[in-house]
Amino acid sequence: MIRAQQADQPNAESFAFRVQDLRRTYFMKGETVHALRGVTFDVLVGEYIAIMGPSGSGKSTLLNVLGCLDRPTSGSYLLAGDDVAQINDYQLSRIRGRRIGFVFQSYNLLQQLNVLENIKVPLQYQGLIGKDANAKCRELAEMVGLGSRLYHRPTELSGGQQQRVAIARSLVNDPYFILADEATGNLDSKTTDEVLELFESLNANGKTIVMITHEDEVAERAKRVIRLRDGVIESDELNA
Amino acid sequence: MIAQFFQIVDLGIKSLLVQKMRAGLAALGIFIGTSTVIWLVAMGEGVSYRAQQQILELGAKNVIVRTKEPNAGSEEEANSRVKAYGLLRADFRRIVENIPNINRAIPMRELKFELRLDDRTADTKLVGCTEDYLELNRLEIARGRWLSTRDRGEKVIVLASDTAKRLFPYENPIGRTIWVGSEFYTVVGQTKDRTASAAIGGSLDSRDYNLDAYIPIKTLRQRVGDLVMKRVGGGQGMNFVGEDVELSQITVEVEDIEDVDETAQIIETLLKKFHEKEDYAVVVPRELLRQAERTRTMFNVLLVVIAGISLLVGGIGIMNIMLATVTERTREIGVRRALGATRTDIIGQFLIETVVLTASGGLAGVLFGLSVGPIFRFVKKAVMTFSPDTLPPIVHELEPRIALWSVLLSLGISLGVGVAFGVYPARKAAYLDPIEALRHE
Repeated sequence: MIRAQQADQPNAESFAFRVQDLRRTYFMKGETVHALRGVTFDVLVGEYIAIMGPSGSGKSTLLNVLGCLDRPTSGSYLLAGDDVAQINDYQLSRIRGRRIGFVFQSYNLLQQLNVLENIKVPLQYQGLIGKDANAKCRELAEMVGLGSRLYHRPTELSGGQQQRVAIARSLVNDPYFILADEATGNLDSKTTDEVLELFESLNANGKTIVMITHEDEVAERAKRVIRLRDGVIESDELNA
Repeated sequence: MIAQFFQIVDLGIKSLLVQKMRAGLAALGIFIGTSTVIWLVAMGEGVSYRAQQQILELGAKNVIVRTKEPNAGSEEEANSRVKAYGLLRADFRRIVENIPNINRAIPMRELKFELRLDDRTADTKLVGCTEDYLELNRLEIARGRWLSTRDRGEKVIVLASDTAKRLFPYENPIGRTIWVGSEFYTVVGQTKDRTASAAIGGSLDSRDYNLDAYIPIKTLRQRVGDLVMKRVGGGQGMNFVGEDVELSQITVEVEDIEDVDETAQIIETLLKKFHEKEDYAVVVPRELLRQAERTRTMFNVLLVVIAGISLLVGGIGIMNIMLATVTERTREIGVRRALGATRTDIIGQFLIETVVLTASGGLAGVLFGLSVGPIFRFVKKAVMTFSPDTLPPIVHELEPRIALWSVLLSLGISLGVGVAFGVYPARKAAYLDPIEALRHE
C-alpha cells in the first residue's frame, strides 16, 4: 500500500468504511473465478475516491460488495463500525437504504414517477415519510438545480438532468457515502463536467464519495485513486 | 403506516396506468366475472321470488288435499266405462270431525265446462265452492257480489275476468243469464284479474284463476252431479267414458303455522284407511316453499361455481399479465432493491398492484351488475317492441332481484383472486438477484 500515512491516527468514527482482505470467488459451470483476491483499504469520512481498473479487474464485484448487493466470500467490510460482510438479505436491504447512496450509469429513475417522487423513493423504504419529507426532497431538487421541474417525468428530462435527480435521490437518506457507478458514462463532456462539479461541491460539503470509473479524466477529479488489476489493488494514490 | 399503504396503492395505480390497454384487458376478465355473478344471481332470485310468491298464494297455513286420477290398477278397472275415484264428501266430514286445531276446511269440486250465451262460448273451469273460497284464494270482486250462504243450491254464477270477457265482451254481465250445460244461471258477480299460483297435485302449469266460473258446491252437486261423461274418439269407435268424482280438493287451514306438517300427516293417515288406491295427494305449500328454497340454494351454488370458474380464468389472465410486468420491470425491481427495498417491500408492491387491478375490475363489475334492473328492463322493452313473440312468457314476468350477498361475494372473490394470483409474480419479483436485476436491459 503506497498510501501516505496520516500524521494523526484516525479514530473509528472518522472511517466511512474499511475493507480487509476482501475475497470473492464465483463458481460457474465447474470453473472457479477469483474476482477479488484480498482487497484491503480504508475510506475516511469526507474522502472523494475513484476506483479504476480494466474490465475483469474485479471493479464490478467490488462495487457490488461495497454497495451491499453482494456478500464477499471472506474478509470483512466494516461500514460505520458494523461488519456487514455476512448479514442476511433483509439486513443488507436496510443497510443499502440507510447508509449507501447509489448513483448509476443509466440514472435508473422510475419512469412512472415524477422528479419529486423519484427523490422520495428511498425514504419510503425507511418509513420516513413525515411531513418534512416533501420539503426535504424539494430542497434536494433545488440543490441539484431542478427546482423548476419537480413534477416532470424522467422522460421529459435530459440525461444530465436525470443524473442530477439520481444524485438528489442518493442524498435523501443522508448516506455514509455515495457509491457512483460510471455516473458520467452516458453523458457528453459538457454534462459530465456539470455532474462532476456537483460531486465536487457535495464533497466540499463533507460528503464521502466513491466513484467507480474507467475514465481517467473522471478519476483525475477525485482526491484519491485506487487501481485494481486481477482482483487485487495495484495502486492507491492521492491525486495532486 | 396508513399513509405508506396509500403510497403503495398510489404507486400501483401509476404503474398500471403506464400500460392502460393491458391493465384494462386484464381487469376485463374480473369485470365480466363479477358482473356475471351479480346478473345471474339477480335473475335466479327473480325467478325464485316469483315461484315463492306463487306458493305463498296457496297459503302457508294450508294443507291442500287434491284428487288425482289413480294409475289403472287392474285390467277390469281400465276397461270400465265409469271410473270412480278421488276425495269423498265423507272424507271431508272425517277431516272436519277428527282433526283438531283446524280453522276451517273448504271443499271444492272443479271440472272443465263450456258456458254459452247465444253464439258465444267459453271453455271454463267450473268451480263448485263455498263462500270461503273467495277469501281463501285471495280473489277480489270487480263488480256485483260473491256467492253467499243464501245462494246454496241456487242457480247463480260468478265469472272470472277472462270468462266474463269472452261471454260479455261489451256488456255488463251482472244480472244476465247464461247457459251452464242445459240450464240457465244468473250472473251475480265478476272477480278481478288474479295472478296464477303455483302448480299443485303434480300438474306443471301454475293455477290460472282467470278462466274460472264459480257456483255454489251444493248447486253443482244437485244440478250437474258427480258423474261427468266425456266423449272419447269418434265415428264407429265413438265412446263415452265417465268420471265419478265427489270432490276435487279440500283445503284445510290450520290455526298455527307450526302444526301444518303434523296436520298433513294426520290427514294422510286418515285418508289412507278409506282409500284403497292412491287417488289423492296431500300438498303442503310450506313444504313446496322449502323445496323451492332448496332448489334456489342449489341454483345459487351452481351459479357461484360457474362464476368462480370465470373468475379463476380471469385470475389466470391477471397472473399472466403480472408475470410479464415483473419481467418487464426487472430493472425497476433492481433499482428499488438498491435503494433499500426489502423482499417484503417488493412483494407488497406487486401484490397491491395486482389487487388494485382486480379490485378495480371487480368494482366496475359490481357497478355494472347493480344496473341489471334498468338494463334488463330496457332490453326487454326493446325486444318486445320489435318482436313481441320471441320472448317466452316467463321472461315477461321476470324482474331481476339483486342479492346483497352476491355483490359482497363477487367483490370479495375479486380481491381474493388478486391476492391469490398476485403472490406468485410478486414472490418472483422479490427473489430476483438485485445485481442481475440492475444489469437487466
